[in-house]
Parts: sequence; structure tokens; C-alpha cells
Amino acid sequence: MTLILKPVETYRDDFTFSNSAHAIARFPFPFPEDQYRYSVNIEPATSRDPGSVFEHWFDIDEHYRSEMAERARVLEQDPRRYLVMPHMQTASWDALQMFMEHLSNDYPALFSLTRAGDQWHWRNHVLGIDQHFTFGDPGTLPCEPLEFITRQVQGDIALLDQRDNDLFMDAGMVTSPADWSLAFDAGMSFKQWHTPVPMAHELGVFDRALKYLLNIQVDKPVRRLNWTLTINPRMDTSPETFHEWGHDRSTVTAENAGALVHLRVELQFMARLPRSNGLMFSIRTYLISLNELVTNPVWATRLHRVLRDLPDPIADYKGMTRYRQPLLAWLSQFDPHA
Amino acid sequence: MNDVIQVRVHAALNITPVIREITFEPVDTALPAYSAGSHVQVHIPLAQRTLRNAYSLLNAPADRTAYRIAVRLQEHSRGGSRYLHENLKVGDVLNLSRPANLFPIHTLGRHHILIAGGIGITPFLAYSEHLLREGASFELHYAYRSGLTDAYVQPLAERLGDRLHAYDSLERPLNLAPILSNQPLGSHLYICGPQRLLASVREQASALGWPDGRIHWEAFSSAEPGLPFSVELAQSGRRIEVGADQSLLEALEANAVEIPNLCRGGVCGQCVTRYVKGDVTHRDHFLAANERADRLMPCVSRGCGSSLVLDL
Repeated sequence: MTLILKPVETYRDDFTFSNSAHAIARFPFPFPEDQYRYSVNIEPATSRDPGSVFEHWFDIDEHYRSEMAERARVLEQDPRRYLVMPHMQTASWDALQMFMEHLSNDYPALFSLTRAGDQWHWRNHVLGIDQHFTFGDPGTLPCEPLEFITRQVQGDIALLDQRDNDLFMDAGMVTSPADWSLAFDAGMSFKQWHTPVPMAHELGVFDRALKYLLNIQVDKPVRRLNWTLTINPRMDTSPETFHEWGHDRSTVTAENAGALVHLRVELQFMARLPRSNGLMFSIRTYLISLNELVTNPVWATRLHRVLRDLPDPIADYKGMTRYRQPLLAWLSQFDPHA
Repeated sequence: MNDVIQVRVHAALNITPVIREITFEPVDTALPAYSAGSHVQVHIPLAQRTLRNAYSLLNAPADRTAYRIAVRLQEHSRGGSRYLHENLKVGDVLNLSRPANLFPIHTLGRHHILIAGGIGITPFLAYSEHLLREGASFELHYAYRSGLTDAYVQPLAERLGDRLHAYDSLERPLNLAPILSNQPLGSHLYICGPQRLLASVREQASALGWPDGRIHWEAFSSAEPGLPFSVELAQSGRRIEVGADQSLLEALEANAVEIPNLCRGGVCGQCVTRYVKGDVTHRDHFLAANERADRLMPCVSRGCGSSLVLDL
């Protein structure tokens, strides 16, 4: 099916964002069973299910224009959402190359790349970008390589430096975080930036995950799904703007939950950056209102059971304690055994 | 994504009586890019079976048109290096594993000190290209035997100028103390070469107060032969015979038991396998003494004495 890009919708103020029936059908619903459990649910990122979010390394969907406009707006207000430490230059070029090669190959109608040695020509037909540059020479681009490319790719990106048998958050473009901050996590090690996650440390989840990630090989990426809830289709739920969105949690009632509450799913993708030996961590966020979600009755029933039985510390970490009761009251109407 | 890359031998050149440089070109698509310090496993098609030996990649990591390796002829090997020296011809098609890096350059190093012994120069050829390109501060100390393992002295001297310090072991032995003393804070030390060089550098660096995290080394060696033995797989009840010049890992693979592995030389820890009982000759450089009670690395270690039972 041909990819049809919607005109720009908003993730703030009047919140005009919505999903088409096609986008709902391909939404990556993250619960394989009625109960949510922590696990190192990492799998090889092999292409599967043509048309699904798992087909390509970097999924482009109908919200492309909206997400790029939102990123530009966030950066205008807060340039610190983008960061590259000096030792991450090679990794930045690695990332640019990986994006350009995959996007032009997977979406030839939207992007094209031609190369003669280190003379590259990149075209983004959607955003009207036509750029000749010398690969490896930042002076030939209008901005730094990582900023240039991540302004054209959906999803947040962190580039992790690998050293001392650990990973460090040393570069990235993070404008749509689920309540975490690149500026705050900058320079932290893998376990340091995961410190706030409840229960998982005791289970040894991060020891196993780190060991796995350190051994990711070139061209053998892996992926996993993560999830949380967000009130309104708001992409930028960062600590820096908490004053703008934190109070939304108190507005949920058993009547409006379907419209206000959104399931937020992150498709996390981890790939070895070949020249720098760094690791790319991309976080592709999918939002769906519960009104949209319950059009699939299996999802509706399952989401009710998962949220009802979620351990309190996890519910608290995901920020839903305040409105959990009205949300469950609304969801229970879709669960025949409730 | 395929686990092996098909390549064709583009050139093979004896650069000393014991070192042969081999250049591979891709058969269809461009080769994967890699980082300095990476190695590939070369699948060597011996008459009876396929060996997989790991070799460092030599060329500038940005180069995706060819891979170069250098192979030292090992007198007491199981035939892999001998095949690459005596049987491999230009035009032959071989399989390689994808590049992996167990010996990366530390990204925060302010100054990099590279010490190579003999064929241990190979990863530092790629290091040098990367560090030159980055404009990084570094020095390379290269000990060799003239006419035997001095494969890259001349080109390195031209490329590196006074960053290269060459030591012909018969005339000017490597003296570690001045190299390891009075280095700036933020220096990182990298060693590649024979076991005794590694041990000696690590010992002296440690005595001079170098923190462990600043010392990096690569100790590649392939599996060495031993006595034949047999092994039992506890979960399937199968029994597998391991030949004298075959590693346990190779014997498992020959019987369609695949185990994750990267270095095949006892250092990376990928192939660690639990065993339930039996006597083991441990030959790895990875497992701690207490871990060896129930774990072994089948790429180099072997059963001996009582029958070995693996938790597979």
C-alpha cells in the first residue's frame, strides 16, 4: 500500500493529531498477554510483516510532517534537546549514513541519495531539502550532521559511546521523551540513566540487557517495545516542560478517559555504528487515543486487565496513579469478565 | 541478514618468509564498514572440514571496497595458516564472518600508546589510519625480528614519521620502562602480541601505577590441538567425538550445535558453556577460577580424563 502522508497536525495546544484507520491497524500494541511483566524483551530486528512498523529499520508513517514540525518547534524553544559531545563526531556521521542509506532504499518516493566517493547528494522530497555535501566534512552541511539528519527522521535518537564495558549517553536528539531528559542524562552510563526504573534492577534486567547490547554486531540490530500512558496526544512530555503537561493528569474522568488518555508505545531499535563502534538507540514513538484503541475489542479487553493488575510501583513510575481509578472504570466496559 | 560475507581473493602476497598479506574483495555488494581493532573470522576450507580463524582487519576502516588481513604461518597449528599460505590462490572465493570489535580504541583517550610484538602489529595498522584521520595524539612501538616479522616497518615509517618507534629485537630490544613512565594523564595503553609481551607490559604498567581501565590488550590465538576426547550433551543425550586437531566448538558445530562466538581464541567469553561433570583443560583467558568449576569455553578448552558432560 502506498504511504500517504497527512498534512501537519499538532501535538500541543489544540491537539489536532489523530490516527487514520490504517494507522490504527498497524499500531504496535505491546501486550502479548493479559499481564505485564518486566523482561529483557529484545529480539533481532529482522524485517517482518510488510506494511507493519517492523518492516524497515526506520519506520516512516502518515505523521511524518507533523513530527518534523513538532521537533523544529521544540528545538526553537529549547536547543538543549540536541547534544553531541566532541568524541561523538565519527558516531554522528555513522548515524547520518545509516539513516540516509536505509531511508533512500526503503522509501525511494520520499528520499534519495546519490554518491560519488565522498561527494554525496541527499534529497528529501517531502520537506523540500536538496543538499550536496562532502561526507565527513561538517562544513559542507548547514548544521552538524546529527542535527541535519535527525530533523528529517521520526523518533528520538541517542548515540551511545561504548567504552569500559559500558554504554554512555554522549549524543542525541530527544524532543519527544516519555518523561526523561537528554540534558540531564548526558554523559551517564547505562545503569545510571536507568536508575529511576523500579523493580527491574533487583531482577538483574539491566545486567543482562547491557551485556546483550555491548555485543550487538554490525548489520545485526535488535529491537524491543516499551510503553507508557500520556494525557492528550502530546509528544513532548519532557521534565523541562512538566509545568505545561503535568497537571493534565488531574483532568481525567471516567467520562473523558477515552479521548484524553493515550497509549504511548516506543519501538526501540539498537544498531551498531560501524566506524565508531558506538550504538544507535532510536526511540520511535506511536500514540493512540483509547477511543481509537478500543475499536479493536481484543486490545480493549487486554489493556483493561494489564492496567488493572499492574504493580503499584510500576503504575507510579508510568505516572498513572493519579487517574488510574477513573481510567479503569472507563476501560472495564470493554472487558466481558470485569 | 546473512551471517557470512562472501569474498574473493584479490591479492595474496608474501611480505616476509612467514607473513602473507591477503586482500579480499566483495563478491556482490560493498563490505560492511567497521571500526579500528575489528577482526573477521575467515572460514578456511580444509580438505576434511572448515576451520574458522580470527584475523584483524588492517586497512583504513572507512574503506569498504576491500578487507586486508595478514597471516603468520604457525608451525604447530592445525593447518589453517598453512592453508592460507600454501593453498589459497587469487580468485578463490571464501566466507568471512561479519566484522566484530573486541579491541576498540578508547574514545576518551587523550594520548594513545600502542605496543606491538611481531604479527601483533595488525590491529594497529587500522588504529594508525583512524588516529591519523582524527588528528589524535599517539605513538606506536613495534618490536619484530628483522627479515621474519618486520612486515610493516617500512610503510609505517613513511606514514607515521617519528610517531613510530621500531625495535629490531636482535639489535635494540624493547625497553618498556621509558615508554610507560612520564606519560600524560588520560593516556591509554594498547598491547597486541605474544603472551609474554602482554604479561610483561601489564605487569610493568601496573607496577608504575597505571589503572586497569587504561590498559587494553588483544591476545588472539587460535585453538591448539590436543588429545581426542568425547563429550555428552546432557539435554539431548547425544555423544560427540572431538578429534585431536579439532576444537570442542568445531566438533559441536559439525554436529549442528550452534553456539554464539566471536573470537574463537578464548578471550571474548561469547561461547561460555556450562558443564555438568567431567575433567577440563581450561585454555581460555576469560573465566575466573571459581567460574571454571561449572563453565568452560569450547573454542579453546578441552575435555581430559573422565567423560565430559555439557549442559546442552
